[in-house]
Amino acid sequence: MDDIKHKGDGFKSRYIPNTEEQREKMLKSLGLDSIDQLFDYIPERVKLGRRLNLPEPMSEYELLKHMRELSSKNISTADYCCFLGAGAYDHYIPAVIKHMLLRGEFYTAYTPYQPEISQGTLQAIFEYQTMICELTGMDVSNASMYDGASASAEAMLLACSSKHKRKVVISQTLNPEYRNVIKTYAKFNNIDVVEVGYKDGITELSNLESVTNKEVAAVIVQYPNFFGIIENLADISNITHKSGCYFIVVADPISLGILKSPGEYGADIVVGEGQPLGNPLSFGGPYLGFFATTKELMRRIPGRIVGQTTDKLGRRGFVLTLQAREQHIRREKATSNICSNQALNALAATIYLTLLGKNGLRKVAELCVKKSHYAYEKLIETGRFEPVFKAPFVKEFVLRINEKNIMNDLTNFTECTERLGNKESSENVENYSLVQKLNKKLLKNKIIGGYDLGRNFPELSNCWLLAVTEKRTKEEIDSLVNNAYLGGAEE
Amino acid sequence: MRDNPLIFELSVPGRVGHSLSECDVPSKCIEDLIPDEYLRKDLPKLPEVSEVDAVRHFIGLSRLNHGVDNGFYPLGSCTMKYNPKINEDVAALEGFSSVHPYQPEETVQGCLELLYKTGEFLSEITGMAKMSLQPAAGAHGELTGLMIIKAYHAYKGETGRKKIIVPDSAHGTNPASAAFAGFEVIQIKSNEKGGVDLEDLKSVMGNDVAGLMLTNPNTLGLFDEHIKEIADIVHNAGGLLYYDGANANAILGIARPGDMGFDIVHLNLHKTFSTPHGGGGPGAGPIGVVEKLVPFLPYPIVELKDGKYYLNYDLPLSIGRVKSFYGNFSVIVKTYAYILSMGSEGLRKVSENAVLNANYVMNKLKEYYELPFDQKCMHEFVLSAQKQKEAGVSAIDIAKRLLDYGIHPPTVYFPLIVKEALMIEPTETESKETLDEFIDIMISIAKEAESNPDTIKSAPHNTPVTRLDEVKAARNLILRYDFRL
Repeated sequence: MDDIKHKGDGFKSRYIPNTEEQREKMLKSLGLDSIDQLFDYIPERVKLGRRLNLPEPMSEYELLKHMRELSSKNISTADYCCFLGAGAYDHYIPAVIKHMLLRGEFYTAYTPYQPEISQGTLQAIFEYQTMICELTGMDVSNASMYDGASASAEAMLLACSSKHKRKVVISQTLNPEYRNVIKTYAKFNNIDVVEVGYKDGITELSNLESVTNKEVAAVIVQYPNFFGIIENLADISNITHKSGCYFIVVADPISLGILKSPGEYGADIVVGEGQPLGNPLSFGGPYLGFFATTKELMRRIPGRIVGQTTDKLGRRGFVLTLQAREQHIRREKATSNICSNQALNALAATIYLTLLGKNGLRKVAELCVKKSHYAYEKLIETGRFEPVFKAPFVKEFVLRINEKNIMNDLTNFTECTERLGNKESSENVENYSLVQKLNKKLLKNKIIGGYDLGRNFPELSNCWLLAVTEKRTKEEIDSLVNNAYLGGAEE
Repeated sequence: MRDNPLIFELSVPGRVGHSLSECDVPSKCIEDLIPDEYLRKDLPKLPEVSEVDAVRHFIGLSRLNHGVDNGFYPLGSCTMKYNPKINEDVAALEGFSSVHPYQPEETVQGCLELLYKTGEFLSEITGMAKMSLQPAAGAHGELTGLMIIKAYHAYKGETGRKKIIVPDSAHGTNPASAAFAGFEVIQIKSNEKGGVDLEDLKSVMGNDVAGLMLTNPNTLGLFDEHIKEIADIVHNAGGLLYYDGANANAILGIARPGDMGFDIVHLNLHKTFSTPHGGGGPGAGPIGVVEKLVPFLPYPIVELKDGKYYLNYDLPLSIGRVKSFYGNFSVIVKTYAYILSMGSEGLRKVSENAVLNANYVMNKLKEYYELPFDQKCMHEFVLSAQKQKEAGVSAIDIAKRLLDYGIHPPTVYFPLIVKEALMIEPTETESKETLDEFIDIMISIAKEAESNPDTIKSAPHNTPVTRLDEVKAARNLILRYDFRL
């Protein structure tokens, strides 16, 4: 019945070296005549008995061509100017990083369980741990985790198990996706998550004080927070510690190039998203979560950690240590179920911090501060945007769209969005938020606009969260300012 | 002998390794923009090195490592197969690598299409109704799957199902993930073939059991022939069956977890689907579920409507998010590329050759090492170094001796149910020549264990460092560089 000859028939893969002849020889040595006999132990009734329904195999060139076509259906920040942040940032990645990461010795290695032939990975992690401690002002860092959100959830679990309490307090100025991940992890561990509101863009201290009590294991805040604003860590630290809770800070590593470290404010655990340190946006992953804590908590830290030791000849060397906490030893009693780290992403971060050095990281952070403030002021000057919060920020800020002033020509608006290539009905266009409409308009100017805060904060509808990294030039910012309006007059 | 320098020891004040544009906006002092009280006075002690210093340092580090690109890596349960180079290239295309996850949907149709289609491919390969690509690793997939099990039972009002059954041969992540998802872990003994003891299973099944986690083929590399009976026992008692996909390299195109009766599957894309391990990550651990569990998958899910791909957040029964964004996207790009390179025939050949290679090596070595389960294996097998132990040579010594030959050792002391275990997984990407060389080396080590055990016990001899003192590392914890030195 299957008379069309499949291209896959007799398919030879360049990734499978054994020839038909060799396969036969090997089968013979096993006393078998056919490959099928190898699968005798699989009961017939669970065997597939047909070919998988997948596309025919592609040659390397066909694949490359296909992947280029598919990738060209996306708009890339390489061609468009990106003012979008909200947890993933378009910072410059030095060329060296890509070249180092493509060393097969790094990227094709497994977890460094055999330290004698893994000193490269192990030493790089030891250097990473040191750098993370320096940035965060903490005593100990692990070898990295999946991402900033899951590292935050792990921090919550560590705090709860250490304090033997089942309640945490999180600020609403914490990244909404982090809050969601924390809530998912909490739900399955019977942990109560209390959210504290914000005032003037920062965690409302009176509210925080009223819910932070002896039943609470930890208080979690973001620094700078989701709105880009620098939280008052000194006061939050006081309130938290007064009730005997752990103080957990979710920090942006670039901002730590100029901001006081959470360690200086007495943080007990500092976590965060390491993507800004030399890792590409990659549509959201893989990134790395960093996780640092105090000596007091280090024996409960989740995930891998590298320690220094010596070999038989007395030479310095590195090994995975404190493994008694981990799942492959402790099984259900482990401090976490995690059994990997984001080693290659952490390596990228290590190389990034090496190349930037202490002055370079500060310079990147300062450029972000200066350029974001320039953009902030220029956008407000147009009269089309209003400030929402009046608090200091680093590389991100919030503006409210002035509904009247944003329109250059109200009557032409629907027509205009249709001209932008929008195939959806005009009814749907009406359903777009003002921020979405503005972002659609800006795409036409090859600009990727900011985050629509109305998505997560109903009270902040028409509010735009913009990120300005060191990559953005004055020309690009001016183009954003000049094109940030709606209506037909641009034609 | 000189220690390999740390990057901090190469630092020279004033050196730069970066090139940043000058500030081109009218600039104020930082102190005018951010109150002084927030600014740090002590800069983090990051190294100051030139670009060439950095490159030589990290190239130097890379040379202390052994990867699949360097040589044979028969690390059991880890599927250290070759990582195709083209996959790195396509994942690095700017249209994939430089896309922000919050860009408007119409600007990321290529990314969404890739996620959608990869989900479809993996559903077909596993026999599941729908996949979520969000989990970042195998253990993360397990955790997500267990949350779904819990949510499903809760939805049905069966909140009394608080136990997860795990065989004693299971990966350590299984019980750890179950505990992490808030379950009580019940361990059951394996039968003489490392499979599930049906009577033991029946005796623990009840209305307090949420499910059973299983690897099939199991961690001894043996296929559990009674999988259908196991599935029936679990399902009849109202439980769900979870498939740990660590060993999926044995069954591609041959048998599917869905057809075996599993309800939830996780796959390790960094094992079965050729994406690199990266020295410990990033991987990806997508999960697939049967129809009745689809509503509980983490949100968002990529869907297709009227020719447009979109992210569906409207999943009221969803367990929630387990991670930011949509998964380890670039790992998924490599998986997609791998599946398109192999097709159905290629994937079947992967498993055929993986299983053939394992049986070939096992058969040649069983004369020299104890083989606890002498039957055809799947993609891996477990030897025991009990014979060598009599001469004072343990599994770890044999592992260390292999390092002298440029071979990464097998997994040792796992599974826990075999003493002095050496778990060997050659994978399909190794040639007969490589296998023959490995066999010869293993035989010579077995002989050396009798003639000259001290050479093995003091191994390795040819590596950048000799055996490291792990006890000292754990006792005298040095977890970061001390700048006061």
